[in-house]
Amino acid sequence: MRVGVVTFPGSLDDRDAARAVRHAGGEPVALWHGDADLHGVDAVVLPGGFSYGDYLRCGAIARFAPVMGPLVDAARGGLPVLGICNGFQVLCEAHLLPGALVRNDSRLFVCRDQRLRVENAGTAWTAEFGDGEEIVVPLKNGEGGYVADDRTLDELEGEGRVVVRYVGDNPNGSYRDIAGISNERGNVVGLMPHPEHATEPVFGPGTDGLRFFTSVLRGVLTA
Amino acid sequence: MTDTVAHAAGTPDVEQPYDELGLTEDEYGRIREILGRRPTSAELAMYSVMWSEHCSYKSSKVHLRQFGEKTTDEMREKLLVGIGENAGVVDIGDGWAVTFKVESHNHPSYVEPYQGAATGVGGIVRDILAMGARPVAVMDQLRFGAIDHPDTARVVHGVVAGVGGYGNCLGLPNIGGEVVFDPVYQGNPLVNALSVGALRHEDLHVSAASGEGNLVILFGARTGGDGIGGVSVLASETFDETGPSKRPSVQVGDPFAEKVLIECCLELYASGIVVGIQDLGGAGLSCATSEMASNGGTGMRVRLDTVPLRDSSLAPEEILMSESQERMMAVIRPEDAETFFAITGKWDVEATVVGEVTGDDRLVITWHDEVVVDVPPRTVAHEGPVYNRPFARPAELDVLQADAAEDLPRPATGDELRATLLRLAASANLSSRSWVTDQYDRYVLGNTAQAMPDDAGVVRIDETTGRGVALSTDCNGRFVRLDPYHGAQLALAEAYRNVATAGATPLAVTDCLNFGSPEDPGVMWQFDEAVRGLADGCQTLGVPVTGGNVSFYNQTGESPIHPTPVVGVLGVMDDVTRRTPSGWKDAGQALYLLGVTREELSGSEWAWVEHAHLGGTPPRVDLEAERVLGQILVNASRDGLVDAAHDLSDGGLAQALVESCLRYDVGARVWLDEVTGRDGVDAFVALFSESAARVLVAVPRSEEVRFTDMCTARRFPHAKVGVTDDSGSLEVQGQFEIGLEELRAAWEPTLARTFGE
Repeated sequence: MRVGVVTFPGSLDDRDAARAVRHAGGEPVALWHGDADLHGVDAVVLPGGFSYGDYLRCGAIARFAPVMGPLVDAARGGLPVLGICNGFQVLCEAHLLPGALVRNDSRLFVCRDQRLRVENAGTAWTAEFGDGEEIVVPLKNGEGGYVADDRTLDELEGEGRVVVRYVGDNPNGSYRDIAGISNERGNVVGLMPHPEHATEPVFGPGTDGLRFFTSVLRGVLTA
Repeated sequence: MTDTVAHAAGTPDVEQPYDELGLTEDEYGRIREILGRRPTSAELAMYSVMWSEHCSYKSSKVHLRQFGEKTTDEMREKLLVGIGENAGVVDIGDGWAVTFKVESHNHPSYVEPYQGAATGVGGIVRDILAMGARPVAVMDQLRFGAIDHPDTARVVHGVVAGVGGYGNCLGLPNIGGEVVFDPVYQGNPLVNALSVGALRHEDLHVSAASGEGNLVILFGARTGGDGIGGVSVLASETFDETGPSKRPSVQVGDPFAEKVLIECCLELYASGIVVGIQDLGGAGLSCATSEMASNGGTGMRVRLDTVPLRDSSLAPEEILMSESQERMMAVIRPEDAETFFAITGKWDVEATVVGEVTGDDRLVITWHDEVVVDVPPRTVAHEGPVYNRPFARPAELDVLQADAAEDLPRPATGDELRATLLRLAASANLSSRSWVTDQYDRYVLGNTAQAMPDDAGVVRIDETTGRGVALSTDCNGRFVRLDPYHGAQLALAEAYRNVATAGATPLAVTDCLNFGSPEDPGVMWQFDEAVRGLADGCQTLGVPVTGGNVSFYNQTGESPIHPTPVVGVLGVMDDVTRRTPSGWKDAGQALYLLGVTREELSGSEWAWVEHAHLGGTPPRVDLEAERVLGQILVNASRDGLVDAAHDLSDGGLAQALVESCLRYDVGARVWLDEVTGRDGVDAFVALFSESAARVLVAVPRSEEVRFTDMCTARRFPHAKVGVTDDSGSLEVQGQFEIGLEELRAAWEPTLARTFGE
């Protein structure tokens, strides 16, 4: 069970995503932004960070990286892909997911342990949760406000594609408290909070995040 | 035309702007003497930045020697690299070493808060990287003017955004630090930054250019016109209100470039081809070339016109003085060039051969084939002027010390104590720091076992064994103002204690000595006292100073800041999962106060908040008690005897109770009778005194006997002062009770309300 973790220049949580895959019992495979080859992995994580410094618009340059060519094709073909934070931004820029992430409404970077509600436990990355289950994972970003037009938002909600929602104070002004969404098929998921930082006791607020990774491992094994 | 060496030799009488560059007439004379002619404009630029106070330590050198002299062989055992390199390196066991250092970036951060703070982080991280280590965490020690002064918000917003913007984008967890407000820092805030890195013993690198014929490579960002004269005209002079803007002397940071540079350097180290490495920080190329050649006992020939530039109009002297960020210099063997460029190419890092190592003990720099610098590198890097500045105890100190806070009117009734506790909890320096710390990523890299608001930051170094380090930095500038010798020791004692509360064995020290002008004999006296206090204290505690930084000229006009020697202590833990947090999670635990409470209110937060008073003498220092207390805490953590430990410092027992209750929203019943009876103090003193060598611990009922036996065996004073419970309140029996919600409403919102959302 091999899960690719892409490193762009400026990726920061790539080692953490790889560690989370190991904690879940999978084998992490390092994928390089400049290499247009997925090396036969069974799933891919786009990790957090500031790809290419994010000086233009978050994720706007990363979507053109050579590795994104085969990745976009594979995702459209059903390969499970998880975009965390910057990875979520890259997925939106690559049009694998609708909408966009903008500057937090507070105008400040925010790092905190965030309560979330799992709204859809039917995706490739959330199958091990219960619908409506509340979990806590770290949130840390400056541009995490999820925005989309009303029609898109209605569509996402109507089709059960809002995967996780913020509970309590909305930390960044995301429309309808949306923390993460999926594509129609449920194999591509993007979220701003960092489940990879909640997979090990002591080194995070708990281990709620681990099940994002065990979900995909189980799904791939039974597929 | 270019001012070449030949031209300089033929035109001895040309007037040179040494004064504008920050050199004295005597210093200029000495340069002429060394060279046997007038310096070229490029040489003058090099000497001016390298002989600045910031780079040469010319006023502090004679005092700093004590740190080495008072380090015993036993203390040296764990020291792989001591003072003098980019950062000290300490052996933490299992073949692992850590390197850590704290540095100042004060003046740039006042002139241009965002970039000043950002590049302060960037600079210290490169120092750590240059030792061969992977940087694993940062901390920041910030001091601002009065919280309600109109200019404070400008500086706070810029500095906090700068520390966060750079550190977050660099991917290093911020695991702690300090945020202090005091009017003495109004025109001269302090922005200190600490970084810690980890390496295997065999990966240690040094900044020496060796091997005649080896290549000198400059890599990373291009050189621009930013930060010219940063160390001299900006860092080594006092601000005055009428002078021209010094913004061009502030560097501009690019954290993405630094992140890529870190990964690139680590891959270069792993390839085994790096002979010597040095980062470019203060004094830029002047520093890197002269220090590397001087350290290696070699010469170097550099073609300055090959340096990649952002601005092609820069003159040779500007290129030599530029402090553009995110640059490194490496020395490699010619046969390794291909490997080197393959790695820098992979990371899209620009790298250029700018020169080679020579055997003739001269640093020769050419500009389009004309020689513009020809100097002995040692005279630039290591043989700068040394001053024995006059110092004298300021006469007004007697008046200040006679005005003791113990004579101030104090609260007497339970209601008054309650109101006092709430006002202090909401005050500028004791309220929650989370508005600041929530802007920093504390999770990235996945090894943070503990961060703010706990007493010490704890990071794992070895993922297989859990071995790791704890770090804390502290300084109460008011104590140092009242008594610099003991005040500096109190800073050391507090940082030492904080590391021990986390459960780590204190191992080594770094310091950032922030003072006023060394030309003021009163300031110089403070400096001498503080350094002596610190060196003596380190010797008693058996923890060596491994490096640090001196920042002088922190004053506005004639008014210096409080002397602020920030002390960082690093401790080691076999297994960081055993770390002790600063708050209790469970009801039903016994609370013990370790240590003796004395009537010590001078310099305290209470005197300052309630009476705007600063006078008297600071709390007594008892380093032997600190040492035993440290052993108790480390043993208790290892044996699982305590679930929480909080050091008592600013705000005393009252503040420790507030923070420990609010950490996980678990309340406590507290009784003071045993302490007041044993120590002969009243309830007010028990709550608000800032006596040192004290810690509040939460002990599970099942471990009470073992814990108290251990304290008894070590003859350390301990008193049961309460129990934790789920009543949702903090009660001090016979005095008052406060619901945790009310407590939180006082403690939490102060900074957010003052500075924004």
